Amino acid sequence: MTCQDVVVTGIGLVSSFGEGAEAHWEILSRPGAKPVLDEAAFAPYPVHPLPAMSFDAQIPKKGDQRQMEPWQRLGTYAAGLALDDAGARGLVADMHLIVAAGGGERDIAVDEAVATALCSTPPAEAGPILNERLATDLRPTLFLAQLSNLLAGNISIVHGVTGSSRTFMGEEAAAADAVRIAAARLAEGRGQIALVGGAYASQRWDLMVLYGAGGALWRGPFAPVSARGGAGGFVGGALGAFLVLETAEHAAARGARALARLAGVATDAAHRRAGGGSAAVARALHARLGGPTGAGLGVLSGMTGIAEARAEEEAFLAGLGAAAVRRTGSLLGHGVEASFPANVALAALALSRGGFYPPMDPADAGEGPVERILVTGFGQWRGEALALLERAA
Amino acid sequence: MKDHLGRPLVAVTGIGIVTPLAWGREANWEALKAGRSGISRIRRFPIEKLRTTIAGTVELPEEAAGAAPVSSAVRVERMAEAAIAEALAQAALELGAFPGPLMLGMPPVEMEWPQRFELARGANGSGAYPAITRAATGRRDLYETFLFGGVGERLAARFGTTGAPIALTTACATGASAIQMAVEAIQRGEAEAALALGADGSVQPEAVIRFSLLSALTARNEEPERASRPFDRTRDGFVMSEGAAALVLESLEHARARGAAVLGLVSGCGERADSFHRTRSNPDGSAIIGAMRNAIADAGLAPADIGYVNAHGTGTPENDRMETLGMRAVFGDAPPPISSNKSMIGHTLSAAGAIEAAFSLLTIRDQVLPPTINHHEPDPAIALDVVPNLARKVSGLRHVLSNSFGFGGQNVCLVVSAAP
Repeated sequence: MTCQDVVVTGIGLVSSFGEGAEAHWEILSRPGAKPVLDEAAFAPYPVHPLPAMSFDAQIPKKGDQRQMEPWQRLGTYAAGLALDDAGARGLVADMHLIVAAGGGERDIAVDEAVATALCSTPPAEAGPILNERLATDLRPTLFLAQLSNLLAGNISIVHGVTGSSRTFMGEEAAAADAVRIAAARLAEGRGQIALVGGAYASQRWDLMVLYGAGGALWRGPFAPVSARGGAGGFVGGALGAFLVLETAEHAAARGARALARLAGVATDAAHRRAGGGSAAVARALHARLGGPTGAGLGVLSGMTGIAEARAEEEAFLAGLGAAAVRRTGSLLGHGVEASFPANVALAALALSRGGFYPPMDPADAGEGPVERILVTGFGQWRGEALALLERAA
Repeated sequence: MKDHLGRPLVAVTGIGIVTPLAWGREANWEALKAGRSGISRIRRFPIEKLRTTIAGTVELPEEAAGAAPVSSAVRVERMAEAAIAEALAQAALELGAFPGPLMLGMPPVEMEWPQRFELARGANGSGAYPAITRAATGRRDLYETFLFGGVGERLAARFGTTGAPIALTTACATGASAIQMAVEAIQRGEAEAALALGADGSVQPEAVIRFSLLSALTARNEEPERASRPFDRTRDGFVMSEGAAALVLESLEHARARGAAVLGLVSGCGERADSFHRTRSNPDGSAIIGAMRNAIADAGLAPADIGYVNAHGTGTPENDRMETLGMRAVFGDAPPPISSNKSMIGHTLSAAGAIEAAFSLLTIRDQVLPPTINHHEPDPAIALDVVPNLARKVSGLRHVLSNSFGFGGQNVCLVVSAAP
């Protein structure tokens, strides 16, 4: 089996700061960037909201836009940005697609009205009423907007990506495995070009109830990830992040610019049951990637702000010597399935510009310039992932 | 021990199956060969005001004893556990230390109405999201049950699989995608073995209504066991169902070295996405034809080598017409027999691709084609041998193509083959 170099040739990025590689570089490469926040709408949980967007540029048919809710629109839009960035519109027919997906939006108004009306009715009595209400109130198209695999479905329909289509589920870890497997398939010669990523629409009560139940959300006024006291928590950040990955040979043959080389992706899941800490797992993954440390190494950390995972990650980071560490969550927020691909995208962007980012969090230390960038992804509940990117040859 | 592309051959050494027909591989297979239907009136929740009131359901022992129904997330996990345990027992592998990763095909899971009602009661009768969000604070149980990574993480811990478990969904092709992911991991040399699983347990009011609203379900409620009619002229939709299947996959070399009985091979996987429509295939059939051809080519075979096709065969007017078109395009004027397990077990959604691959292996083992039941009025537009109503003894069957076509245009086909 062959083992080919894999490069990043396109990134599609949307966050609370705006859209596109250029806009993100402009803001994040200069000192003094301040997070964009909405602390009121979902209080006590602050969020980094979606920027004002016109979806027409990437989703030209209004009919397609109507079949989606914000999460799928955001992802489909970011996927289109990545295709444009890579100049790969003409290659979509045989392009492979892996999406890391959460659940799509529920109909909040229907949920609230039905739950209020029926919560105290005995089940045998409530059942028929529930059936009738749902059959009347649910919009058929919303089922498709809610299905996790339909972000990929919409990317196929809107952008024509049809080589293959897979959707991984499982929060942060799903995204890291999506990038890992997309790259591994290219490296072994299963296809020449792939699109991989995810999206997170942060302004959703249906996600607040889930993540809030686990104590995973930061409550109260915004604080940077390193400064969240107690059990900590994440601040949801609107994020759409897609990458076009390609074999180096294929990119060179079509004259495409390689932003960075994806030197490796490694993932694992520490099983708490076995007493295995995430820091130890991450050290093993780091060794698998050749164990880069010290000056010349940048780190883009996907740290969520949840105290338990943060302590494990800090223990791991402490072993990286003089590496320049940036906790991107303090500016972008946490985008669950979108965070790992977003940080890979920011790594590729920095390497392609020959620069790095100034500190994003009070705990950030170390200085550029960097030759290699390590991306970390410690999941809110489980999963550890690392990616290593290098300057393209 | 290598295939035509120099990749390790991938053997199946364990199979576990749960469907509405039975908990257990052999009981399922006997029922399937006998042409028995597992479809019945829904008893799990009130069915008044529903357009479709039938389904295939898998009850947990405590539910059968009168306990309240569990959520889809819990049902998926429990059926998955049973299927994995059965597969590991057949493979003679130790429980708790599986030598490879878990690829778990499952539906998206979320809080359901009983959980929402409970939270609203805790919020003094308000179902408003801010109120139920406050009421849910500290409910770690809800969080861990309904996180997408939850089911996989618990199964991985219980069975001791290596690395991060991967949960995936490709709609109705999910189970086949999970097998493909496992095959690829072994071919790539990431592991000597992998556990592939498809599971679904979505028969709850909202899911039934949502599929109804898409006009995907038959409403032939009067005779549940006769409602699923793939390839029949009178077919008018699928029947939702539940189940799970697990396959223990390992490199043939690894299986032989440890003296495991090899039940067959997964010799080819093919996929192709469609860009036509969210719930319909491109009328030209290009994506499903591409997936079928890719699977056969991946196995290093020609169409004429395929002796039988395990159909996607949902029983919707559209699917069966498109599948016929695909069969004709791939196999020409003399397509092999094709039958639909869904005529008996219904559409097990995320589990279907795995369950049907498992049955395809048993088809080869026993040289018996399971029937398409409820086939009484052939559709003149479907000129295929659908093995109507009665199982058929065959000989010399070595290669089976198993089709899975999903909403969202995600199509995956597998070739399973006799042990070399």
